[in-house]
Parts: sequence; structure tokens; C-alpha cells
Amino acid sequence: MSLSATKFVHPITAPPSTRSSDKPLFSTFFGSNHTKLRFNKPIVAAQRRSSSAASTSSPVVAVSDVVKEKKLKSASNLLITKEEGLVLYEDMILGRFFEDMCAQMYYRGKMFGFVHLYNGQEAVSTGFIKFLKKEDYVVSTYRDHVHALSKGVPAREVMSELFGKATGCCRGQGGSMHMFSKQHNLLGGFAFIGEGIPVATGAAFSSKYRREVLKEPGADEVTLAFFGDGTCNNGQFYECLNMAALWKLPIVFVVENNLWAIGMSHLRATSDPQIWKKGPAFGMPGIHVDGMDVLKVREVAKEAIERARRGEGPTLVECETYRFRGHSLADPDELRDPAEKAHYAGRDPITALKKYLFDNKLASEQELKAIDKKIEELLDEAVEFADESPLPPRSQLLENVFADPKGFGIGPDGKYRCEDPKFTQGTAHV
Amino acid sequence: MATLFQGLPSSTAFSSSNKFNHVPAPTSFSERKSSIVTVRSDARWSPVLNYATHKPQRLITNAVATKADSSLASTSSKPGHELLLFEALREGLEEEMERDPCVCVMGEDVGHYGGSYKVTKGLATKFGDLRVLDTPIAENSFTGMGIGAAMTGLRPIIEGMNMGFLLLAFNQISNNCGMLHYTSGGQFKIPVVIRGPGGVGRQLGAEHSQRLESYFQSIPGIQMVACSTPYNAKGLMKAAIRSENPVILFEHVLLYNLKDRIPDEEYVLSLEEAEMVRPGEHVTILTYSRMRYHVMQAAKTLVNKGYDPEVIDIRSLKPFDLHTIGKSVKKTHRVLIVEECMRTGGIGASLTAAITENFNDDLDAPIVCLSSQDVPTPYAGTLEEWTVVQPAQIVTAVEQLCQ
Repeated sequence: MSLSATKFVHPITAPPSTRSSDKPLFSTFFGSNHTKLRFNKPIVAAQRRSSSAASTSSPVVAVSDVVKEKKLKSASNLLITKEEGLVLYEDMILGRFFEDMCAQMYYRGKMFGFVHLYNGQEAVSTGFIKFLKKEDYVVSTYRDHVHALSKGVPAREVMSELFGKATGCCRGQGGSMHMFSKQHNLLGGFAFIGEGIPVATGAAFSSKYRREVLKEPGADEVTLAFFGDGTCNNGQFYECLNMAALWKLPIVFVVENNLWAIGMSHLRATSDPQIWKKGPAFGMPGIHVDGMDVLKVREVAKEAIERARRGEGPTLVECETYRFRGHSLADPDELRDPAEKAHYAGRDPITALKKYLFDNKLASEQELKAIDKKIEELLDEAVEFADESPLPPRSQLLENVFADPKGFGIGPDGKYRCEDPKFTQGTAHV
Repeated sequence: MATLFQGLPSSTAFSSSNKFNHVPAPTSFSERKSSIVTVRSDARWSPVLNYATHKPQRLITNAVATKADSSLASTSSKPGHELLLFEALREGLEEEMERDPCVCVMGEDVGHYGGSYKVTKGLATKFGDLRVLDTPIAENSFTGMGIGAAMTGLRPIIEGMNMGFLLLAFNQISNNCGMLHYTSGGQFKIPVVIRGPGGVGRQLGAEHSQRLESYFQSIPGIQMVACSTPYNAKGLMKAAIRSENPVILFEHVLLYNLKDRIPDEEYVLSLEEAEMVRPGEHVTILTYSRMRYHVMQAAKTLVNKGYDPEVIDIRSLKPFDLHTIGKSVKKTHRVLIVEECMRTGGIGASLTAAITENFNDDLDAPIVCLSSQDVPTPYAGTLEEWTVVQPAQIVTAVEQLCQ
């Protein structure tokens, strides 16, 4: 079915959605700016190069819709190459196995506090982040382990951070909800929802500034901001949609709509649950995509990221997804309907990708099993590394409070407090 | 020395009850050898500079002149130039923007409008709309945007049109600005400057008359400074921009039209140091921002009565410069804190605690702290006057302290 102006991507593999709202598949209201907001027609698979996220082969031509039709999917053109398929598979398996390992370690008393696992949502992280360059930025929430892994932070550093060890990516000072990596341009890890969206907007602003004020050639870094359905009722979300569209910032707002904010159903919290519709209200395209299908997510991600890179502005992408576990490891997860959980378990993104790879003869059982084994070994090694790493010493206590430790001021003796020898031992009076 | 334009209708420098013609405040400060500041200037200005531009009201009496150096006149080799405090801020800002292309400004009405108090006037024309960014009215988000920009290499200055509006940005200032350097294990620095006018103005109403220094002071990871003269405004602005730490620069609505002479050559002040305004022997008066002027007016009266107060403008609200303060306490043994902050949990309260903790043995009397009443600032002029510390109260407090 083709819809002339809708931005929907139809789920083709799933049985009818058991989302309890009667979400209409067609809507006649698209906001006032829809004529400006269309994507180019997606590049046909045969023209795809194997890995590039910055494909520039097709120029910006006349607008057309981005509708995915059923027949396109079953056409002989494949959406990915074998290489790409294996990369996607490995990334999703890494995310899934890592989170399972986290749960194990938590129950064994190796990590503490709030740990939020990403099982079931891997398609969104893999689908989007695997299109980014190293210089592109990712901003996440407290459910950030898998975003960190997809962006390239080594599993051992993430595991170490979770164990609170000095070799963690944040020296043990951040923890599960505050994963940062300057090297991989992961800007966090935020505990309060919505808090990271302005930071992502700032990173996108930086990118635009470098291009237009500092005139740096090739400054076209894109920022991805990941957040959930609960955040879409928060003021910071709307304020940033406005600013990003106003200044055409190179950012993609990715909503991981897993329907639940701890125990609050999205439908009970939101007057209009169709989050993608909020994009056109601010002057940017709003896309809805099946977040349990990594290939569909990838299609949309490619368009959105390339649009941002070209300087055409932000996009709002709503990924319909689901978390298989509770909100956090402390959540008994009693409110969700078992039938709903079973339905989404049947739409496991990893199973779906495996099926695609087998059906299209892109990979064999053994190749995938080999990847599974490789990841298992990687994770065993990561846990061992984290176990054997030292805990942060007392001397680390005061080190990173200020970038310039003179900020601790001048003590009664006239010297800066950071010059006090006890400062480096972590016992100075500051 | 700061001089006030009394007669100009546009000047809101002081409320009508403070009629004083002259504020003798030679801004000499301690010589600290430090490697941080790139250019130190000796801002020892003689109190008897010539004010060619407006009618000279002579100093009331020599007694208020600093007892310290009469060598002042000889050390000021260059005449400098005169300007108002908001122009000094702008000059500092402009110099830093010219020096480093990564410095940018964001806030409401900072661009085309030139800033609600004209601190950024003309900068958008000079540097462009992206470097002097007019934001929509979304404090929390544009503060967060500034923080994200700082993490990725820029050096933004975020202006709150009135400091009170930054209450809306508290989430970002507390959680991200203060904490991200730490929670990222030192990977990202946040070299932002958050600035704006605050304090009690002239019948601006409760919400526009707030003093946020007490709310922000507990946030770990930020520094707070308050400027009070054109000289230190420019110096602190430059220092704050150059600092790698997030700095909150508190300006005061009623001080923007203060006029003073500042050096032509470049200078940057230290963010962590206090300023000796008037050396003395009998009592240490610690103050900052607008209250400095109330203190100096009270000082005139006190001198006439035979007292010799030492006045220190603490400037750095977080962290406190305990060295300058300590030296003074050890000399005078009596401390009076005069501030505009609220009584409960204000800067004065923290300062009292810090002095008691560190210098209790040097005190001959309990510390007296004069702060604003814990009252939402009323609109009515008379009531507003009574919420804020007035010079008469300062005189009384010193007399009692020195008994």
C-alpha cells in the first residue's frame, strides 16, 4: 500500500499489533509542513556499498516518499550484504549477551545500585549506531550499556565500570547510568530522563558551529539522542525539538518507545500516544518504524543520518520496541500483561535477523554459532578483567571534581588546596 | 574608584535612600604570586584621580582614603579609560571572543537586542548570529545545550536574562554542569560561564529580585564569583571565560551603571582571590557585590566616629579565599559579614561556618552576619528597603562588635 504523504513504515513480519490502543495505520493529519519533510527515495539495495554510513552516491533530487512497501521487502534485492549482516548480528548478540551477563553478575553481588537492561531493544541501537562514524556523537539515558557497546566502547571497560573498578570507562565514578567515552564520542549516560537531550542538542550545535563559524571543512558530525517514551512528555524534549528544527541542527531524535516507563503505560501517560506526530508540529519529519526489525530501523536510520549530515536538519524517529526484562533489575515487572510480553518475545530482533540471514542464504548456522562463541569468550574475558581490576584508591576521590583543581580555592595557609600533598591522597580538607 | 551618576534617570545604580556622592574604594589587592593568571595588573589607583568627565565631589575626608599606600599615584603609569560596568563586561567578553573563536554567547535577547542590560550590545553584528545566539525562552534546554557544546569543544557563555530565570536551569546546572566532569572520570570538561544580573533592584518585585548564590553554592564542581566594580567585572569575566571549570558569574542589576577607570592594557584577575578594599585595624568586614557600597558608605561614618574597619570584597563566593580572610581575622579579631543573600543558608552562613572552623582561636567576639531578611522581596519601596541591609545597620553592628 502506498500512502502519499504518510511517514509510516509498515511492519511486515509481525502479526497484528497487540498494542492496546487502536492505533490507526493511516492518518490524514500530517502537520502543516509535511510537503517539506520528505525523504528521498531510499537507494535500492543493489547500489548499496557494503559498509559506508556516509554514502553520497545519490544526489538530492526531487522529493518522494519513504514508504516501504510489502513487495519491496520480498523483492530479490537484498537489504544487506553478508558482511553487513554479520556485523549487525554480532553487535546485537554482544548487546544481548552482555546484558544477560550483567544480570548474572548483579545477582552474584558484583554490581550494585540501579541497573537497566536493554534486552529486546538491540535492533534500535545496532540499527542506528552502526551507521555512524567514529566522530559522530551518541547521547543516551540510563539504559546505556548497549549504546556504549555499539559505539565501540570495549566490553571490558563497560563491565569494569559496572563493577566500580578503576579501569572502567569512567574510572568507576559514573556507574551503570553514566557511561562516557571521549574516544568514542559517547556523551553519556544520564540518570534523569530528558537531561541528555539538551546535551545532544549542544553537541549538534557544536558541529554546526564548527562548520559555519570556524569553517572547518568536513565538520559534519551527526548526533543521535536516544530516549524513551516517558521522556516524550517532558519539557526538555519539546524545547529541544524546537531549537533543533529552528537552527537545523544535525541531530536525530530516536525515541525507543517500549510502551512502559517503569510501571506507567505510555497510553496512560500521554494524551496522543503517537510520538512521531510531534515531529511535524515542530517542523521536522516524524517517522515511525518497527523497532524490532533491525533492517527497517537501518533504512530509516540511514535516511535520517544522511539528512542531518547534509545539513537539512533534525528528524524524529519513533521506534516501536519492547524490553524483555523489567525496567531495572530491581523491578518485579508485575504490571505488564504476559500475553504482551509473549507477543514481543516472538518478535525478538535477533531471531528475526537470523531468519533473514538464513532465508536469504547470507550466513550459515555454523558462522553464527562461531560469532556466538566469540562473544561469549569476549564477555568471559571482560568479566575476568573487571574482577581482577583494582578498586579506585582513595587518592582518586578529589581528582576529577574540577578540570582545573584550583577551583577548590585557597586555604588558610595561602596555598591552593590542590597543592596540599594530602590532595593527591584524597584526604585533603577542601 | 567607582562613581555614581546620581541624576541620570536611566541610572538605577542605587535606591534613593542611599544618597552618597562618592564611593572611595581604591581597589588595591594583595600581591599573590601565581602562575595562573596571564596578565596581572597592578590596579592600585589613587583615590584622587581626576574625574574630568563630571563634577568632582571631593572626598569627604582623608580618613576614608586607604591608609596603605600613598605610593598609589606613582604606580599608575597609564591613565586607562573610563567606562560603565556593563561596558567593562562587554569589553572583557569582546576581547575573549576575539582571542578565541570557540567562545560564543547564548541566551535570550543577547543578539539583536544586545542583551537586556546591554552587556552584549553590538557583538552579534560583529561576530554573527551563531556566535551570539538568540535562544528561545527555554532556560533548562539552552543551558544544557551550552553544556553539550562545551563538552564537544566550544566555550559558551550562557546568559540568564535575570539570574532568577536560572532556577529553571537548575537541573542542567546541578546535574550536568557540576557533575559531568566527575562522572565521566575526567574525560569531558565543561568550560562554561553562566552569568546574569541578580540581586535586589529597584522595586522589581519578588521574583526578579532573587539571590541565587545560596542555592548554587552546594553544587560540587562549580565555581562562583561576584563582580562589583568595572575593574573586577572585566577581570573576572575574562578569567571565567579562560577557566576550564564551569563558573557562575553573579552580576547585580543596580551596579551596571557604575563608572570607573580601568587600565588600557589587558588584565585577568584570579577567580579564587578576594579583594582588599580598605585596610584597617579594628574589624574585618566581609562583603560582596552591591553590599560593598553600603559597607563603604557605612565606613565613612565609622571613620568619623573613630573606627578603622578593614573591608574585604570576597569576590569568590565558592571557594572562599581563606588566606586573605584569615590574615584579616588574625589582625582584627572581629568579623562582620554584610551580604545581600538571605539569612538562611546564604553565603554569609557558609562563611561564618568556614571562619569559625578555621580561625576560631583568633576571634574575640562571635561573628556577626548581616543578611537580607528571609522575606520575598516586596514591591513597595519602603518594605524593600527594610529587607536589605542598610548602612545604618552596618554602623550599629560595628559599634556593637567593637565594644
